[in-house]
Amino acid sequence: MELFELPAWKLGKMMESGEVTAVEVVESVLSRIEEREEILHCYNEVYGEEALQEAEEIDKRRKGGEKLPPFAGIPVAVKDNICVKGKDITCSSKILKGFISPYDATVIRKIKSQKMIIIGRTNMDEFAMGSSTENSAYGVTRNPLDTSKVPGGSSGGSAAAVASGEAIVALGSDTGGSIRQPAAFCGVVGFKPTYGLVSRYGLIAFASSLDQIGPITKDVRDAAAMLEIIAGKDNYDSTSLPVKVPHYSTMLEDDISEIRVGIMEEYNAEGVSEEVIEGIEEVIDIFRTMRVNVKSVSFPHMEYALPCYYIIAPAEASSNLARYDGVQYGISEETVEDIRELYRKVRTSGFGKEVKRRIMMGTYVLSSGYYDAFYLKAQKVRTLIRHDFERAFKDVDVIIGPTSPTVAFGIGERTADPISMYLSDIFTIPANLAGISAISIPLFKDGNLPVGIHIVGKALGEIDILKVSYKLEQELKERGLYHGI
Amino acid sequence: MGYETVIGLEVHCQLLTDSKLFCGCSTDYIGKEPNTNVCPVCLGLPGSLPVLNKKALEFALKAAIALNCEILPYSHFYRKNYFYPDLPKAYQITQYDIPVGRHGWIELPYSHKRIGITRIHLEEDAGKLVHPTKTGRIEHATYSLVDYNRAGVPLIEIVSEPDFSSPSEAREYLMELRSIVQHLGISDGNMELGSMRCDANVSVHREGEGLGVKVELKNMNSFKALERALNYEVERQIKLIKSGGRVEQETRHWSEPEKKTISLRGKEEAQDYRYFPEPDLLPIYVDEEILESIKSDMPELPANRRKRFVSMGIGEKEASIMVIEKSIGDYFEEAVKYFGDAKSIANWILGDFLGELNRAGLEIQDSRVKPHQLGRLLTLIKDGTISGKIAKKVFSIMFDTGDDPDEIVKREGLVQIVDRSEIEKVVEEVLSANPDAVESYRKGKANIFNFLVGQVMKATKGKANPNVVRDILQKKI
Repeated sequence: MELFELPAWKLGKMMESGEVTAVEVVESVLSRIEEREEILHCYNEVYGEEALQEAEEIDKRRKGGEKLPPFAGIPVAVKDNICVKGKDITCSSKILKGFISPYDATVIRKIKSQKMIIIGRTNMDEFAMGSSTENSAYGVTRNPLDTSKVPGGSSGGSAAAVASGEAIVALGSDTGGSIRQPAAFCGVVGFKPTYGLVSRYGLIAFASSLDQIGPITKDVRDAAAMLEIIAGKDNYDSTSLPVKVPHYSTMLEDDISEIRVGIMEEYNAEGVSEEVIEGIEEVIDIFRTMRVNVKSVSFPHMEYALPCYYIIAPAEASSNLARYDGVQYGISEETVEDIRELYRKVRTSGFGKEVKRRIMMGTYVLSSGYYDAFYLKAQKVRTLIRHDFERAFKDVDVIIGPTSPTVAFGIGERTADPISMYLSDIFTIPANLAGISAISIPLFKDGNLPVGIHIVGKALGEIDILKVSYKLEQELKERGLYHGI
Repeated sequence: MGYETVIGLEVHCQLLTDSKLFCGCSTDYIGKEPNTNVCPVCLGLPGSLPVLNKKALEFALKAAIALNCEILPYSHFYRKNYFYPDLPKAYQITQYDIPVGRHGWIELPYSHKRIGITRIHLEEDAGKLVHPTKTGRIEHATYSLVDYNRAGVPLIEIVSEPDFSSPSEAREYLMELRSIVQHLGISDGNMELGSMRCDANVSVHREGEGLGVKVELKNMNSFKALERALNYEVERQIKLIKSGGRVEQETRHWSEPEKKTISLRGKEEAQDYRYFPEPDLLPIYVDEEILESIKSDMPELPANRRKRFVSMGIGEKEASIMVIEKSIGDYFEEAVKYFGDAKSIANWILGDFLGELNRAGLEIQDSRVKPHQLGRLLTLIKDGTISGKIAKKVFSIMFDTGDDPDEIVKREGLVQIVDRSEIEKVVEEVLSANPDAVESYRKGKANIFNFLVGQVMKATKGKANPNVVRDILQKKI
């Protein structure tokens, strides 16, 4: 087995015991990048040399007898919308070309303090708008499991990097499913924490009330450990929650018999593919044999989640993306008649089609005369969806359903039809609207593309989700429904 | 038929917090190298987030309390979206439907008219554009520079009801408002430096008819400019209506050098700001406890201070002048500690002192004459060491040098002559030198007497005690 195939918790132990060095781990990942990157294009930039230098430093310190954090030396890929001091950051958009962040995002400060090694910045849908990583100004990313398929999106580069061994773990961001859906498509674990659990400071905003950073990992144990590292109250983010972060990774093996599991009644709705339905039924079966009581729960406002999201997210985006005007940073124009021409030229050439579409939708729904009918109404619907979950969580502690209606689809298959693309996130969006926690873990069957199993928990219900998905992961392994890389 | 004027004001005050509204950068930006007083947050860099400065909220609440506003237990921030290079995020974080306070009022100090306060809210300032041309005006520039040092400085916006019926009332209000924020210690209210800015809405209508079309006026950078701009605009509108024209709803710019208002943009160019709740900030909750602690910490406000000054024996008008500029009132109170006759102190401050300050272009707090020195000067007059007239001379030297009055009197030999025999000698000399004057006085020209007093004073270089001089002259003549 190659080192790049192993999860971080295992590599961390091996490095600590001296079985392997950080340099060996980084070299293994870099060689994998060398081998696969040309086809997959997970990264917008790889920091190979720096990563090796950092690894050498870590090995030296460890050799000197220094006790380092458990994930010291683990290569982590960072989505290209999370600021790393001194590094380019583009959001896979042309408009930010040449912009170098002068500061670290809070999550970057945290992973740096753990001595983790940032291996590169990963490709994504431009400004995180998309579900396939095809909306990137720097080219598409391919699914490592089947290179004719998309890796999902918008954190497609991060998911593909972890799935292919081009990274050990990765950070993504999830506004409507952008961590979970690519994790599902690439057969890895993706976690979207409760809104406010992880600081958004330094995450380039798409839709501020929905965005959340989370980990993409090879297994649940890594997800728990990464969450522990990046979570926590941050004084630089007013919306971050004042909670003490639990030691998730020490609770994984706890008994789950007290946890009430619900199945989302709408999992076999129209548009959900046969293999996905079978996957969910397989999981229901697993829980039954584990003698876990599984209860069906319904979401009466489910059908409104997608339209509600496509009002709120573009509205916030239209405002968040207004700052890209060619005045301070990114691309600009040297000679223009007046300021309006500067704005027009920069924004016309700098933004891609999907981003422009959403800016226009967002501008429209916030315009005077339309605000009440669209934005305000959508906020009310959002409250109803939140209530749906509150009601459901009276009876159950976690809710299981599919992460996406289908497995990974073909490159170019949905680019002509934005609605078909949007529908890919229909099961993940409600958790963002409600601000609650959710994970996607992969189920592999008969050599097919993986099905993402979506487990949604309460606000700050991370422990329940992690315990249930850890147990499910063990069961899947036993039944040969687990792949690894 | 006469015309009636309706004016409302929107006033912005920069708050004197140490740091900006949503980041840790200093609010002390004046004179700093451009774009050095900035950070990712106030530059609106991608990924940065705002965090509310609690002190700024406290200051806004103080203002709301002082302006008799209803304080809302819950309010929140909104984004006001528009593109302009001085606005780094392309939206301003401000308040919209629920401000910090509303439905307040203020009583004008002279006319005692009560003016309604519609609302008071918190918002962030923008940066500044610099147009590198001789005129400094955008229309003459081929390019512009942006300085974000001011971006994010906290402001309160105070919107009045359209309760003013004359430009002078509007000015009176603005001066009182400045005095209030100065007394609260939340803003220095300096219009010239832009820490207090004022926009006005003006309309006129024929008596007995409905309201006219309102015009928004901008760029009045002093109290005088405000009054001038309003007077100009009222006249312009009346003339327009009289000549059969119609007032257009528009925004006009006051040009101080040209002394006129110039159309800036019409109604159809009004922007849609697409306000929506700022998702990066939590709602503001003001509970009773916070409110009580702020209330218990409120300083004395101008209205009360005026009353107190009057009770100290100062005329109402004099009291108002001293309170309208907080620093003058502070100086006065300090000086009174050293010389108990408040009225004399007030007369001196409002007379010679303000005159010298105006000439020198100084504020009272920057003067070399300290309150205890003014008190001492008045003590010297009272105990007869110097005459009132000499005191003026001494004060002038104090103003220039900052020296103590005792030292000046001693150095310059200005001690008053009260010795009768010494004065008698001078009187004799004056009488013998002016036989004609003595003659005409005796013939009944009574006002010649003052001439003779003057001659004696002149001969003693003003040092003779005038009462003694009069007494002796009366007897001798």
